[in-house]
Amino acid sequence: MAFLELKNVSKSFVSSRSRSTSLAVRDFDLEIAPGEFFCLLGPSGCGKSTVLTMLAGFEHPTGGEIRVNGQPVEGPSKDRCVVFQGDDSLYPWLTAAHNVEFGLRMAGMPSAERRQKVEAALGLVGLSGQGSKFPAELSGGMRQRIQIARALVIQPKVLLMDEPFGALDAQTRHVMQHELRKIWLATKSTVVFITHDIDEAILLGTRVGVMTAGPGGTLRDVVTINIEGERDRLDPAYTRYYAEVHGMIRDEVAKSVRAMAA
Amino acid sequence: MTPSKTATLPPPIAIPRPALGPIARFLVAILPSIIGFLSLFVAWHVAAAYLVQSVLFPTPLATFGKGLELALSGQLWIQIGASLKRIILGFAAGSLIAIPIGLAIGSFRTFRKLVEPWTECLRFIPSVALITIAVIWFGIGEESKIFLIIYATVFIVILNTAAGVSAITPNKIRAAQALGATRWQVFAFVGLPATVPYILTGMRLAMANAFTTIVAAEMIAANAGLGVMLWDGRMFMMIEEIFVSLVCLGALGFITDRLFRLAILRFAGRFSPTM
Repeated sequence: MAFLELKNVSKSFVSSRSRSTSLAVRDFDLEIAPGEFFCLLGPSGCGKSTVLTMLAGFEHPTGGEIRVNGQPVEGPSKDRCVVFQGDDSLYPWLTAAHNVEFGLRMAGMPSAERRQKVEAALGLVGLSGQGSKFPAELSGGMRQRIQIARALVIQPKVLLMDEPFGALDAQTRHVMQHELRKIWLATKSTVVFITHDIDEAILLGTRVGVMTAGPGGTLRDVVTINIEGERDRLDPAYTRYYAEVHGMIRDEVAKSVRAMAA
Repeated sequence: MTPSKTATLPPPIAIPRPALGPIARFLVAILPSIIGFLSLFVAWHVAAAYLVQSVLFPTPLATFGKGLELALSGQLWIQIGASLKRIILGFAAGSLIAIPIGLAIGSFRTFRKLVEPWTECLRFIPSVALITIAVIWFGIGEESKIFLIIYATVFIVILNTAAGVSAITPNKIRAAQALGATRWQVFAFVGLPATVPYILTGMRLAMANAFTTIVAAEMIAANAGLGVMLWDGRMFMMIEEIFVSLVCLGALGFITDRLFRLAILRFAGRFSPTM
């Protein structure tokens, strides 16, 4: 059963200055089942973030249709919570714990119940006891953990992640990938994860969708990653998947470079 | 041969840090400011006592003597109180009017287009230029002064508040929407707190404006206030009174500005607008 459906979705933007339209995504077809960790991978400028923005309901497709659980997406909803790339989506005037409880508070949950859930969510992302700190007092990796806890605590039907580790240093990124994999193995929530990093996609995804080069990218191929449990870069299976996906991405990057040179 | 472990250990690095108590540390921290203030008075004294040497330029000592005399007689407090009351009333009313307008301008494009002609034209008319019309409309009582202070406050606070709203990063709004916040909740729990530092900065700037305006207004039409002191000093050649009034203005402005800065740091330090 398809839980998330994108049918022939396209999105173009009209530039207000030159009145020209530019195509960001075209003919995008995809079905995602509940409990999947779907990684959408593509070269920069291919429109992968635009797909996520439409799934979240922040933007509407100019063509085609997006359905979640059979219902068309009309706007943002807590069913589809988002983890952003930058930490500018956190509220610097709130402590880590208050950031995490934001969604529960908006829903009017009593504070005793809230505190319990926030404590559990902070524990899940490895930030127990750090709740009273402000975002400015935490490192970049810790801020992304708060974003993840803030989204997980409201138990969304789908977790949308837009290159959440893109701004982190390599070591922190590896730690975060490892922990996100563990959290997903424990919760089995549905995740759509945007990335340009092949390694990250194969370490995390149950399926990896590779997009064609932009502008106006579409889905080129979907690779199912059949590695159970925690994943390891030294696993020969990992290497085979890496080679396969790398070949696809290399073609697309070459195309986009040629397109830019032309 | 292996060198012995103790021989290879580097000597402990001595960090020269005299042990200071909290009071001493505070004094060391404010010492440059104290020297700065003292140099101001020294320069004034040198200029008045040695360079100009005129009755038209009293020394700091003569000025403070006069100030003490006026303070003991109660006169000075009446003048300061009259000016401060007008500033506080007008400033508070002006801010209360300006903040909702600024929030609405920043939030709703149509409202901005409707209101912009008002703010963009009126804010270039200096409040001092409105003194005559204020006196004609409201008389020489408190109303005209408070009207002028409101006028001097409103536009700066409106502009800063509106700028604060438009400086909110879209991701903060989007995150709230994806966490289930309603439109009203997005405004109350994200828009408003994110704008607080801008509002306070606008108010701080407006306070400086209010000081300028009140003196000019009182010089033209009032029966008490620091501006009246300046004007009477000119009429009756009381140079020292003029200087007392000027020193009071400088000191009051400085103190209110510091209080504002403290409030911004205390209440809004973490409302960092850039993050």
